[in-house]
Amino acid sequence: MWAEILVIVIKVVVVSSVLLTLVPIMVWVERRGAAMIQDRLGPNRVGPFGLLQPIVDAVKLITKEDLTPSGVKGVDRLLYLLAPSIALVVAISVFIAVPFGFDPGLKLFGHAIDGFIVAPNLNLGILYIFAIASLGVYSVVLAGWASNNKYSLMGGIRASAQMVSYELAMTISVVGVLMVSGSFGLQDVVLHQSGTWFGFIPRWNVFPQIIGAITFIVAAFAETNRLPFDLVEAEAELVVGYHTEYSSMRFAAFFMSEYVNMVTASSLIVILFFGGWTLPGFATPAGWLGALVSIGIFAVKVAFFLWFFVWVRWTLPRFRFDQLMALGWKTMIPLAVLNFLLVGAGMALRNL
Amino acid sequence: MAFLVAHFTQIVFYVLALLAVLGGIGVVTFKNPVHSALSLLGTFLMVAGLFVLRHAEFLAAVQVLVYAGGIMVLFLFVIMLVNVKKLQPEAVFLSAQAPMAVLAGVLVGALVAFGLLAGKLAAAGGVPAALQTVDGKVLGNTEAVGWLLYRQYLVPFEVVSVVLLVAMVGAIVFGLKSASLDRGEGRAER
Amino acid sequence: MTNYIPIVIFTLVAVSFPIITLLIAKVIRAGSPDPVKAEPYECGVAAETTAFDTRFSIRYYLIAVLFVVFDVETIFLFPWAVMFDRLALFGFIEMMVFLAILLAGYVYAWRRGALEWA
Repeated sequence: MWAEILVIVIKVVVVSSVLLTLVPIMVWVERRGAAMIQDRLGPNRVGPFGLLQPIVDAVKLITKEDLTPSGVKGVDRLLYLLAPSIALVVAISVFIAVPFGFDPGLKLFGHAIDGFIVAPNLNLGILYIFAIASLGVYSVVLAGWASNNKYSLMGGIRASAQMVSYELAMTISVVGVLMVSGSFGLQDVVLHQSGTWFGFIPRWNVFPQIIGAITFIVAAFAETNRLPFDLVEAEAELVVGYHTEYSSMRFAAFFMSEYVNMVTASSLIVILFFGGWTLPGFATPAGWLGALVSIGIFAVKVAFFLWFFVWVRWTLPRFRFDQLMALGWKTMIPLAVLNFLLVGAGMALRNL
Repeated sequence: MAFLVAHFTQIVFYVLALLAVLGGIGVVTFKNPVHSALSLLGTFLMVAGLFVLRHAEFLAAVQVLVYAGGIMVLFLFVIMLVNVKKLQPEAVFLSAQAPMAVLAGVLVGALVAFGLLAGKLAAAGGVPAALQTVDGKVLGNTEAVGWLLYRQYLVPFEVVSVVLLVAMVGAIVFGLKSASLDRGEGRAER
Repeated sequence: MTNYIPIVIFTLVAVSFPIITLLIAKVIRAGSPDPVKAEPYECGVAAETTAFDTRFSIRYYLIAVLFVVFDVETIFLFPWAVMFDRLALFGFIEMMVFLAILLAGYVYAWRRGALEWA
């Protein structure tokens, strides 16, 4: 009993601290990456290559004055204070159902680790992730509503319309993956992708389901409110949208949740379409070494997609709102449906 | 401690149920519609917790995904569209509904009481394992739901799509009517 | 129920993190309140109207309704998808009928311009 709980606690502590440590690293990567793409230097004064810049940023944010707009009183004030916390809690909680490494049956303190995932026996898997992630929209709506600022309100409503629209494309594009793996558990999804076709094509879902992979990745960009879909904070139109009135650590909470969401989105892309921690033609060694190697493979793949997020942000211009909605409803949803129809037809033909 | 462990499920049930009822009371007592809506959100989440307690994980996920993540967003949009901060409470409007509300409440209460007395509710929730099995194999709640839904309850499932179609067409007809008013085609209200 | 222990612990950590950071910030941050600072931020121009004078397009409502309808549809897709192999061809045809009926609604929405944003 106590060994079991100890194992769980260790998992929780490691996962949450890695997740939160990735935030300053990603901020640094984003700023240096932007500088590289735009042919300038970027932060380079604090520490070697400006590596300590995110820490200084954090110190600055934490010591800034925290303002609450006038006219925000009573329950609205509570909502105003709650909104950034909801954003962060939702962003972190989603990661419970994300597996991040191969477990060959390892033990810790005489108790099975039960997979490199915080909650292994949750028979909801991806459904849990979608359910919790769908609550993220409340942080945006509440921040917009409670700020008593017209730009916040417009940004909040725009953001929620965008998030719900792309949530559809995202969930439908996963259906094809669930069909081939026949399970909600993301560990099963990864295991199903090990091995190769014809000896050289990895059995990753991205190859047979390229349409689904593209719709999922595009929807992931929209769900995390990243460029080219950051209509929420279109500064030319809305100041910065729903977090216009936020300052200090409350602003930082929104900021951090964006980066945590990016990490989760990248992990999901890797797990669902790019084989998770598997590598074709590579047999994972036994024991702890194998586990560490698999986690390393997973981390490299996730790092690539994190860089992809940064890369796209500084390459593409922002969409217009009507274009965004048209893309979501008229292109993404039909494509996502087409994906699982093709998968279904293929599987039905094979079974005939 | 031993008491806690032995009665863990009951304790969680009563906490969730109490919070759900409190949320329901909040819905009708808050003056601001946004606060009422959020109170309802709390109730939805607590009910999702109750579903998990009954081993109906799929239903819990649906509850969060559709009710909390979809329908409440719709409510909030509607509330924000009608500019509620300026809305005055209409006492007459509400009191006209009061007898109907009491009647509905009594009917629902009677139904629940009847179910409890007849022992139907208790029996229905008896075997959690049954919610997880497909063909004698334990696969999980969602799989069990799929197995039943797509083999035994075929007609209701297809009827659902018709209901959804009607909802969609209705919403579009009403919404576009107001949209054309918005643009000044036809007679606008103001 | 033990399957949910990790969720409870993780959620506690997730909830306590913002609380702790916000409390630390509360202790060490600067504070010099001023009524001008607390005014709604409109790029330095004094606010003429309040936030709630803004009127929103009815299209947000349409989007939300369509979202709910399609969300219910995707919910039906999930149990079908994981059981696809067991339900065999029968399940596939069943879902095609379901989708065909909804496709009619989708085409209707498209033709009526409910998906346009203007």
